[in-house]
This record gives sequence, C-alpha cells and structure tokens, in this order.
Amino acid sequence: MASCTGETLFVEASRLLVPSTRTPVMDAKAVERAIARMARELIEMNAGAAELMLMGIHRRGVQLAHLLQAEIERAEGLTVPLGTLDITLYRDDLMAIGPRPVIGESKLPPGGIDDQVVVIVDDVLFTGRTARAALNELMDWGRPARIYLCVLVDRGGRELPIRPDIVGKSIETMPNQAVEVLVPELDGELAVHVVTVPPEAA
Amino acid sequence: MTRTAPSLGKDLVGLERLEPDQISTILDTAEPFKEISERRIKKVPVLRGKTIVNLFFEPSTRTRVSFEFAEKRLSADTVNISSSGSSVVKGETLVDTARNLEAMKIDMVVMRHGSSGAASFLADRIPSSVVNAGDGGHEHPTQALLDMLTIRDTLGRISGIKVCLVGDILHSRVARSNIFGLLKLGAEVAVCGPRTLLPRGVEELGVSVFGRIEDAIEWADVLNVLRLQFERMKAGYVPSLREYNRVWGVSSARLDAAPKDLVILHPGPMNRGVEIDSDVADGPHSVILNQVTNGVAIRMAVLYLLAGGVPEAAEAAKGGGES
Amino acid sequence: MSRSMIIKGGRVVDPGQGIDGTYDVLLDETGIIEVAGGIDAPEDAVEIDASGLIVTPGLIDVHVHLREPGEEHKETIETGAHAAAAGGFTAICAMPNTDPPIDDPATVGFVKAQGERVGATRVYPVGAISVGLEGTQLAEVGEMVQAGAVAITDDGHPVMDSGLMRMALEYSQAFGIPVADHPEDLGLSGEGVMNESLVSTRLGLRGKPNASEDIHIVRDLLLAEFTGGRLHLQHISTTYGVEAIRQAKARGVRVTAEATPHHLLLTDEAVDGFRTDAKMNPPLRSAKDRAAVQEGLADGTLDTIATDHAPHHYDEKEQAFDDAPFGIVGLETSLGLILTHVVGKGIIDLPTMVDRMSRAPAEAFGLPGGSLTPGSVADVTIIDPAVEWTIDRELFCSKSRNQPFDAWELRGRARCTIVGGRIVFERN
Repeated sequence: MASCTGETLFVEASRLLVPSTRTPVMDAKAVERAIARMARELIEMNAGAAELMLMGIHRRGVQLAHLLQAEIERAEGLTVPLGTLDITLYRDDLMAIGPRPVIGESKLPPGGIDDQVVVIVDDVLFTGRTARAALNELMDWGRPARIYLCVLVDRGGRELPIRPDIVGKSIETMPNQAVEVLVPELDGELAVHVVTVPPEAA
Repeated sequence: MTRTAPSLGKDLVGLERLEPDQISTILDTAEPFKEISERRIKKVPVLRGKTIVNLFFEPSTRTRVSFEFAEKRLSADTVNISSSGSSVVKGETLVDTARNLEAMKIDMVVMRHGSSGAASFLADRIPSSVVNAGDGGHEHPTQALLDMLTIRDTLGRISGIKVCLVGDILHSRVARSNIFGLLKLGAEVAVCGPRTLLPRGVEELGVSVFGRIEDAIEWADVLNVLRLQFERMKAGYVPSLREYNRVWGVSSARLDAAPKDLVILHPGPMNRGVEIDSDVADGPHSVILNQVTNGVAIRMAVLYLLAGGVPEAAEAAKGGGES
Repeated sequence: MSRSMIIKGGRVVDPGQGIDGTYDVLLDETGIIEVAGGIDAPEDAVEIDASGLIVTPGLIDVHVHLREPGEEHKETIETGAHAAAAGGFTAICAMPNTDPPIDDPATVGFVKAQGERVGATRVYPVGAISVGLEGTQLAEVGEMVQAGAVAITDDGHPVMDSGLMRMALEYSQAFGIPVADHPEDLGLSGEGVMNESLVSTRLGLRGKPNASEDIHIVRDLLLAEFTGGRLHLQHISTTYGVEAIRQAKARGVRVTAEATPHHLLLTDEAVDGFRTDAKMNPPLRSAKDRAAVQEGLADGTLDTIATDHAPHHYDEKEQAFDDAPFGIVGLETSLGLILTHVVGKGIIDLPTMVDRMSRAPAEAFGLPGGSLTPGSVADVTIIDPAVEWTIDRELFCSKSRNQPFDAWELRGRARCTIVGGRIVFERN
C-alpha cells in the first residue's frame, strides 16, 4: 500500500523478507498522455485557465502539479499559480504512524486562495483521507471559490465520501497491492507501477 | 525517503540523556512549525483531542505562555495549574498531584518545579508524557533547544560554534541543558562568571572556564547571558548588583573591543543594567526576541514528537497509509 | 539457677581475647561461663549445634534512630529492637533526635524501659547534648546518665557552637561517657542534599563539600585534645577526616569514630537518577573517599561499624530529591553487606570485623559485652557465613524500607541472636 506521499515503506520493508512482484502499468509516454488529457479536462471544466490554481500534495503531487502546469501553459499560454500542501499536521492517524521528522512546507501562491478555483493534485487516490486532510488545511488557509480534486491514479478503496473530479487512470487493486507513482525528480523516471506483496507477508 | 523520527521516548526530561540525532530531530521539526505562527489561522489540528496540563509549581510567565501558545496552535486542550490557588500549596505531595491528574485521563504534563529531579520523578510515576519546563537547578530542555535553534538560524550551524554561558551557572538549569545539548551537537562551550556561581567540576563536563568576561568575549562567537537572580546577592554569592555589572556585565564597550561581532542570547527575563546593558539587549547582534519566537516553535515540535506514539506502533502502522 | 546453653563446635571469633578457633561456648542468663574445646554441659543445657557457623560476642550498633517517641509511623523501639535482633545485633544505641527529643531523664527512662519491655536486642538510650537539640544550653547530662544514658549527642544536628562543644566534652568527663558529634559545618553544607562533586553538578543538586565535614572533625579533635574529654565522631565519610582522626589518635587524643556500611560500599554515583534511597547525611562521596574510609576501618582509625539506621516512611522518600529526608535503614543489611563486600573483598578479616562490630563499640560507649570472657554478659551472635540471600525490603522487621541495597545478593547473615542467655532471634 502506498503511503500518503506515494512512498511504499511497507512494501520495501517486506521486500527483504518475501519477494514482491512489480508490474508496470503506465510508462512515461502513458503518464504524459494522461497528464495532457487531464489538463484539457481541467480547462474545459473551468471554461479556461483563469482563476485556476494548482495545489500539489507533498511530495509526488507536487511533481505532477508542475507537469500539469506546463501542459496548461502549452494549451492556454498562461502560467497558472502553483502551491504546495503538506497535510502531515492534518492527518487523522498521527498516533498510529508516529510523527514524521521533517514536515514539508505548505506554500501558497502569493495571492492566497481566497475566491480562487483550487485544484488539489495528488498522485494516487485511495481511502480519501489525504484529500480530506487537504480540504481541511485549505479551509484554514482561506475561502476558495471552488475546489477540484485531480489525481493521476484512482485505485478505489475509498473510506470517505470523496470522489475525484479528474482522473488520469483508474486501476482495480487488491488490498495487498500498492500503487507507486515514480517521478523523475525523486525516482529517476516517470511511470506507474503496481507492487503486489504475497498475502503471507502482508 | 520518508522515515519516522528517532523517538524521544515518552518524556522530555532533559538533554543529558538524549542522543545527538534526537536533538537534531527536534530542531528540524521546529522549522516548519515556525511558519504556522505566521498564518492567518495560527492553528493546526494535529493534537486535537489531546489534553495537556501545565503544572507550574514555580511562578513563570514566559515559559508557561510559550507552552500555552504551542499547545493551542496544535489544537490541544489545556489546563493550567499554578502553585497559587491550588492544592499544591496546601501540602499535597507531588506524587498525589500526579496521581490525581492521571485519574483525570490526561495525555501530557508540562511541569515546572523547584526541585531538581522533579520531572523524572513524575515521569517515572505516570504513564502520560512529561515535558520538563524546568526542574530546580537541573534542566530546562526546551529553553536550551530554542537557544540552539536560534544559534543555528543565525550562524547556519551549531557544530564548531563557540558558545559561552555567562553568569550564574551554579543554580542555572538553562546552563546545564545548554551545556549538554551544545556539546552533543559539536559546539565548543565555555562558562564565565564569578567562581562562587560556577559549580564544582564543571570543567569535567567538557567546558572551558573563563575568569574574566573580557576573555570570554574575545573567545566566543555567541554569548548566552544568564539572568542573575537577586536572591543570589542576599545569599552572598556576589557582593552587589552594581559590582556584578561592573565586573561581569555584558556592555557594548566590552563587545566593541572584541575581534568579531558576537551573537547575544538571553533566556529572559532580563535585568537590564545588571547582567546585560540595554544597548546590548536592544542592539543589532541581540537575537533575544528571535529566541522568544523560536520558543513557541520548539515547544510545538516537542509536543508533536512526544504525542506521536511509540516507535513500535509506528512500525506496525506503516503499511496502513493511504493516498 | 537458670537453664544453661551450650553452643557446640562453631568457629569462635573473639578478638578481645585473641580467640579464633573451633570451641564450645557455655553460658546461662547470668553470663558467659566458659569457652573451650569439648565442654561437658549440664544434662539439661540447651544445645545449639554451631558446626559450620561463626560464634562471636554479640554485635553492637552504637548509631541507631528508633523514632520513638514521636514518629512511630517510621519505627518504634519494638520494631527497631526486633530488626536489630534479626540483623545479629544484641545491643543498639538509640539516638536522641526523637519528638520530643531524648534530652531529659524522663525520656531516657522511657526509652530504656520500652527496650526492656520488648526484651529483644538491648536498647541503650543516648541523651542529647543540648536542650531540645537546639545547640545552645547543655542538657541535664548527669541526670540522664543516672537514668541510663550511655553517651550524649545532638546527632542530626551538628554542635555548631564550639563553646558548647567544649563544655560538653568537659562536663561529661565526670560521668565517664563519650560525647558523640555529627561533624558538619552547616555554614558550608547548609543547603546541600548530596556530595558536592561532578555528580551534583550534572544533576543540578546542591552539594555538601568534604570541607564541611573536615572542618568540624578537626575542630572536635582540637577540643577533645584541649579538654581531655572522650569524643566519638559519627559516620566519617571523607579522606581528610579519616587522616585527621588518624593523626589525632597518634597524638593520644581520646577519640573513637564510626564507619557506616553505605560509606564503605557506595559512592555518590548511587544518587544518579535522583534516587532518594541514596540520600543520606553525610552524603555518599567519591571513590577516593570510600577507599579512605575502608582504609581507616582496616587500620583501626575508624573503630566501629555503625549503621546510622534511619527509618523513614515510604511516602517521605517518595518525593523530589530536595524534599526527601536524609537517611537509610541498615540494621538488617549491615552484617551481610560487611561480610560480603568488606570481609569478602579482603578489606578486613573476620576477627577485625568482629572487633569493629562488637568489641570496639562496647569499649567506645562503655557497654557490657563485646567479649566472650567468662563473666561477660551472655550476648552472642551466631553467623552463617555461607548462606546466600538477596536483600528484599519487603521482608524487613523494621517498619521502614528506605535503603539503596535492594536486590543485592549477599553471602552470610545472622543465624541466631542471643541476649542475656536467651535466644531473641533465630533463622532456620
């Protein structure tokens, strides 16, 4: 299972014990095509790029937000503002996962988010708890006119009544599977993998 | 890679028993918390539902207020108990106070107490986390942490920096925590003050001793000027405040004679004109107000890290994350 | 004629007579009758088989706090006397810092009578030097001695007034009793709660420097020399203190002195972690001081091993270090600790231990016993030197449990304690 920032601690730890299988489901081309389509949908949904603002969720959501920003610029000739959100302090499972030593920066675009159309960008949508935390944090920052949720992969398994507005690809997954989104800045390549841990290791 | 923090354990009693990476973790964690105090809504929900008791057996305004801000900005519920107007003054023992608090199901206690060792005493007896907000002449870990954060902010690092603590080292919990913490992070540490106010064997802790303030100023990159308690004069440790200022006071004339600019810290509250002159306290090299700001961030970091449960739970739950 | 008792086949160690060998000891309630090999006992004599055991004149502790009257929640004369018997002591001296203090003949008489009523270990009252232990006015020393006091002391409170100490040393000479003093210069040590050292610096606890004890020891020695009085210095803990006493003895000063088991065995490191069970006065000191106390005990500079048994209720020690009272209990651990860690480590031999725990204390305080010479009181301690046991505070006879030796594994302890020809304690 992927953690909120798209990393796979659990998988990597157990890989030492039991070999897990890794299946590529999107290569760089596929991801780029998906991003381009997501950008178009976004523009269409918003009737243009005006008032749009991207908020990438730490950490891989931030990279994807940059890709989206570039696509929108190519299509509309307009650089939409981009901010980042670290939802660590808004999580509902601090006691269970333990504190993280380094909390990423939540950074708003200079104009703030009041009356803006904010697009939350993340890599994988799973239980919906990260999106919930991101919504709470955004509300503390100000009063956006509209919030959209935009994810590269929707793997199902929702625990909260949250649905994405824009999805790059939907993937059916089992509980013992994790979806890993790889980005060049952190992983050296652009791809999506599904990692399957044998049930006895999970 | 995401990693969980090196656990601080259940409590923060002092810096003497912390590992260097634990201290660094607290300082690093404080960084993002600084920004929360700049927000429009200065509050995050991370300690929502946690109950914290601020148990102050000694009067303290700044430390208590700083902890309260930290707690409120993390959304914890807080109760303040101070020595006046509580059973603390009616002869109830510390252990009874602790048991009563425990019976009310609290999560953390922030305690200031006049006796050295009181924090570890409490920590050993209750399952809640205990944060030492100063115990007698023993330790005041959050003060030293905020001092170190301020030094790191100002000079970019702690390792290799020469820090001299000036004044009443003998009775000072701030001095002890600073000595332990700074040495662990690789600073060079010295103390300077009248011999009556330097504890026995302080050199064996690994610090240098300066007899004259002029020598300390020549050596140091940072001066941490400690408050001189007026009671020390009555007890005969120094003959008069006037003489103390003349011989040991940190004045701009003395600082001007130094080969380089020094960073000036003071844990407060200051006695202007005694241990520190006003033009130094208000001068360009004083970071005294940065210390106050950093105090809230450090205390938020400590409360956040202690609230985070035990490492085993963290291990077990890692797989249960989400996207 | 009382029924006699024969203790057969033990290793009899009586340093007063230079005896160390396998003998029988015959005694009855009137006293020791004979120490010899193969004694033919009367037919009706109670026989104790002491083969494999050590038989010594009854052990004596000249420094014990029994807390009665006034603090019976910590200890009573009854529980203290039974604890002493369980520890192998046949006589103990009760310090006067009770509430009210033992500073008049009536209170001396009360303590003595309570001790006799209990009928375990003998309890000798020690009277106060000054009225109310206040260090100003000499107490009624003569009347207290007539009522049964065997010495005077303000223990717990050092006699700070040198003039008063001079008078005590002079006045007491008429009654042939020693003046015992707790050496501590309060001006130097007043706020201290432990040894002043690197440990106190690390812990941020206020210290009592060695000098606070040394100065007072030297002053007392000078006054004893000047007055010719009999001085007994309590619980010596410092290197220089031992040396000063050694030199004074060489000059012929009439002085005796104590070493406690805790100062023989522990250092101020035991305080680490703010352990109130290691808080005592004088405090535990450095390894160098501990070595000096051991050396002083071995060469006879320190005449007696005394426990400074100081019971405190558990919730009094269950406080922050500054707030907890000084003192530890020692009656039930002393012999085992000394056998295991002082005799067992070769610091002194067994006859020397018996000297320091029986003969010398009897001599210092002018008490009956301390020897198995015919005609002496029939006080005998029988020691099992091989039994292995673990200190468990929950099993103490004392009302209090405060001491830092819990769970220490020891070898050797009292098997049987005989006072006045009667068995007052026996362990199977």
